[in-house]
Amino acid sequence: MVEYLVIGAGVVGGMVARALCRYTNSVAIVEKCSDVAMGATRANSAIVHAGFDCKVGTLKAKLNVMGSKMMPEVARALGVKYNPCGSLVVGFSDEDRATLEELKVRGETNGVEGLVILDRAGVLALEENIGDDVTCALYAPTGAIICPYELAIAAVGCAMDNGAELHLGFEVARVTPVMEGTRVSFYEVESRDGRRIETQTVINCAGVYADEVYQTLEGEKTMDFSIHPRVGEYLLLDKEYGKTVSRTIFRCPSKMGKGILVTPTVDGNLLLGPTAVDTVDKSDTQVTPEGIAKVTKQATEQVKVNLRGAVITSFAGLRAVGSTGDFIIDYGHERFINVAGIESPGLSASPAIAEYVIELLKKKIGRGAFVVRTEYTPNYLSLAWLFHEMTDDEKCAVIAKNSAFANMICRCEEITEGEIVAAIHREPKPHDVDGIKRRTRASMGRCQGGFCVPVIVGILARELGVPEEEITKFGGNSYMLVGKTKTGEEAQK
Amino acid sequence: MKEMQTKLVIIGGGPAGMAAAVSAYDAGLRDIVILERDSKLGGILTQCIHNGFGLHRFGEELTGPEYAARYIEMVEARADGIRVYTSTTVTSLTQDKVVTAMNREVGMFRIQAGAIVLAMGCRERPRGALSIPGHRPSGIYTAGSAQKFVNLEGLMPGREVVILGSGDIGLIMARRMTLEGAKVKCVCELMPYSGGLIRNIEQCLNDFGIPLKLSHTVTQIHGKERLEGVTISKVDERRAPIAGTEEYIPCDTLLLSCGLIPENELTRKAGIEMDPVTGGAKVNGERETSVSGIFSAGNVLHVHDLVDYVSEEASLAGLSAVRYLEGQNDMPLDIKVKADGFVRYTVPQSVRRAGDVKVYFRVADVLRNAEVTVTVDGEGVYRKRHIKLAPGEMECVALKGEWLDGAKEVVVCAKGEERK
Amino acid sequence: MKRELTCIVCPRGCALTVEYEVVDGKVNVTQVSGNGCKRGITYAEAECVAPVRTITTTVRTTADHVVAVKTAAPIPKEKMMEVMEVLARVRVEEPVRIGDTIVEDILGTGVNVVATANI
Repeated sequence: MVEYLVIGAGVVGGMVARALCRYTNSVAIVEKCSDVAMGATRANSAIVHAGFDCKVGTLKAKLNVMGSKMMPEVARALGVKYNPCGSLVVGFSDEDRATLEELKVRGETNGVEGLVILDRAGVLALEENIGDDVTCALYAPTGAIICPYELAIAAVGCAMDNGAELHLGFEVARVTPVMEGTRVSFYEVESRDGRRIETQTVINCAGVYADEVYQTLEGEKTMDFSIHPRVGEYLLLDKEYGKTVSRTIFRCPSKMGKGILVTPTVDGNLLLGPTAVDTVDKSDTQVTPEGIAKVTKQATEQVKVNLRGAVITSFAGLRAVGSTGDFIIDYGHERFINVAGIESPGLSASPAIAEYVIELLKKKIGRGAFVVRTEYTPNYLSLAWLFHEMTDDEKCAVIAKNSAFANMICRCEEITEGEIVAAIHREPKPHDVDGIKRRTRASMGRCQGGFCVPVIVGILARELGVPEEEITKFGGNSYMLVGKTKTGEEAQK
Repeated sequence: MKEMQTKLVIIGGGPAGMAAAVSAYDAGLRDIVILERDSKLGGILTQCIHNGFGLHRFGEELTGPEYAARYIEMVEARADGIRVYTSTTVTSLTQDKVVTAMNREVGMFRIQAGAIVLAMGCRERPRGALSIPGHRPSGIYTAGSAQKFVNLEGLMPGREVVILGSGDIGLIMARRMTLEGAKVKCVCELMPYSGGLIRNIEQCLNDFGIPLKLSHTVTQIHGKERLEGVTISKVDERRAPIAGTEEYIPCDTLLLSCGLIPENELTRKAGIEMDPVTGGAKVNGERETSVSGIFSAGNVLHVHDLVDYVSEEASLAGLSAVRYLEGQNDMPLDIKVKADGFVRYTVPQSVRRAGDVKVYFRVADVLRNAEVTVTVDGEGVYRKRHIKLAPGEMECVALKGEWLDGAKEVVVCAKGEERK
Repeated sequence: MKRELTCIVCPRGCALTVEYEVVDGKVNVTQVSGNGCKRGITYAEAECVAPVRTITTTVRTTADHVVAVKTAAPIPKEKMMEVMEVLARVRVEEPVRIGDTIVEDILGTGVNVVATANI
């Protein structure tokens, strides 16, 4: 029996678990995938929004502004890169300018500080590569960028350091309330592969699957909603293009939709996207020719950038769009909280969402039960991350103790064997090639793993004590290799 | 951090780096260091186990590891003047010729070099640059990664293979995978001609009945976890897929052989002037970059078709480095070498030292009944007919020293009939 | 009769035109043109009469590594896959040096398989 069970190890689940660990070490996180941060957290815009975009009075508005204020401290504690670069919403017409004025008023009502409308000269003074047809912009100095999966990995890791347990490959099949009279005594949460965990309270942070998880709950329900997935396609540009702009460049929303953004990333690349296409398949993360064309067209209107030879990868992510239009964070059952419909600005709001959940729990369980543990640490340290930020002298000291840190594996991102091995053995532990990529950036550079992936497969196999043929790209059937050569089997064909 | 001083530092211990070291030694230099990131010398040759190397350089046909071994022996025989650091990665290079590197034995260290030869080779163009629609399943590799798995690790990346791009590595891997029991369904080439050598099409594809689909590309990736198939489509003259020509091909592996890019991260960071067409540094006839005393040779300078020419060029760079160290800096000329007509680029891009000089170039399209001409300050000095010129092959013209005296500009031009 | 071939002897890849006659089921090459060197003639004749290829591949060692090998001379083209099958079952002891014989007279072709790398 655990006190709390968090369903979903994305950035929201991770942040909620970390917050719960302030008060108890009796926390379990279950995740259907083979790694954390595999859903909406894996592929999104990586933006900490200032908060001018959300409708006044919504939970989105409140938690976005609050979350974006909390983020610098959260990022520092978790050792996650965070860049308060600011953002611009660029307009192309007088009509856009009027929209920007509205956004400014809305932002100010939401509590966003420092919003300014700029004319073209003002924009150019900030960003010399802004598109030729841009006439005006709303400048939000409190906008920032962060790496979403890094934040989720660190949040889950922090929770685990504080005693939480992580169950990967745990796809929730059923949540069954076990009654004691008219009250719920506890919930039994069962996975598709037959594992069972008993818990007093469930926090459902299952992203696009939050409605389905909720549906498995038997008994009386007080709240109904559905989630549908919205695909967003992105293009990632080589680091050579990372300084094209130094702030996030949004497009002024219009009748044509919200438009895409162009942003530097905390790792120094340039990210373009996303498209916004509603879909029904919750595992549909395909890149489409139309999506690539749209991103390319809009990006090059917003920013002057020649994309020829610049793109190192394209990918798509899903956003969990809730049927109410707002975040859905409330009890769905006696001791079962839904944290659902966490679309944009979910990443920005995630630390605030965690605090909001704690407040809901305090109301139900009583404040007395929430005493901060003396042994709780809000921090997360990973040698795999620390090494990269070190000075040469500091690196020398690490290498003197462990020479694997002098063995370069990924040439493009300059990641050593020491960092990869450190990542493999640091909670939450990766088991596949993409897991290494998200934790170290190895294979994420301009050659996209051409040289290092064969080596990483070897290191993973060695450290996990399995043959290379068992190593996958991201779990499931995503095997990297099909077998050995020269086994003699060819002769029998 | 350990500090060292060395007269000549060579970055890269592949065919270029080794040839530069040997030629510098043979020119009398005895203080040479090779920094190689792999655990042994040889570079990419060690995984190129096919033959076809060395006809020009050694007068016989060798496999990649055999060609590498010839040079490794030469380097080892000169151990009194050439020190080799393997498993050593260079992390930075400055215009003052300070090289920072690291390895497991020494940790991080810095070398103040008198001269430097850049010989880092090239890498394959990755898939992302192509942005193929679909999911991102496993089973998609560059041809070179697959080559490493199969030839060095003895591991099979897949059983049913489609290859995108008909560069030589793709062609070679079509045969290699077939010999190892895989079924290679086809090789798709976006262009209307192959980027590989004709003989590789013959012996790697035709010998095994593997179709080469010119003007075709992969337009869709199928499969969410492991690759399950690809859709290929014919493309028009503007290389855009033609609707209605889609064909689904089941496969568990897609190999990409979409060209090579010189690996010049260090060069760029050092602020050395680059040629956007070759992707390598701009060099003069000595293979000296815009930073005096830093030379560049082999595939890091421009992608070669044959390793024999890599060795030749790197020998020149090694010799140039020795001359530089000896203070033989008499560079009377300042001639620009320019590409014209169908010539995409020339290497070198300028000539400084008097004497004969070879200019290498590639053409931008397949040309029949072609003519290559050289003009010096507007005056024709060279003219040669070619039945055929192809982008996959590196061409060369030898400029005579007597043409260059007092000249300002040399123009290399190729003309001919384009494909229809 | 006439046949168009691409010479594979060297990277030039000359386009060869071969004229030949068939006498009593035997191919007799009468003329080769398009060749850049004499080896092109030898190749064209062999290709029309009895095509041969050099195989480059690997064999596994008893320590479960692979080491590169080749047929020391070209072998009949139609035996390529059969040679691969034999080599799939071979296990060699390390160390292996370039030139070491791995399989003698493979499939009775009179050609040895030799190592092309050191391990």
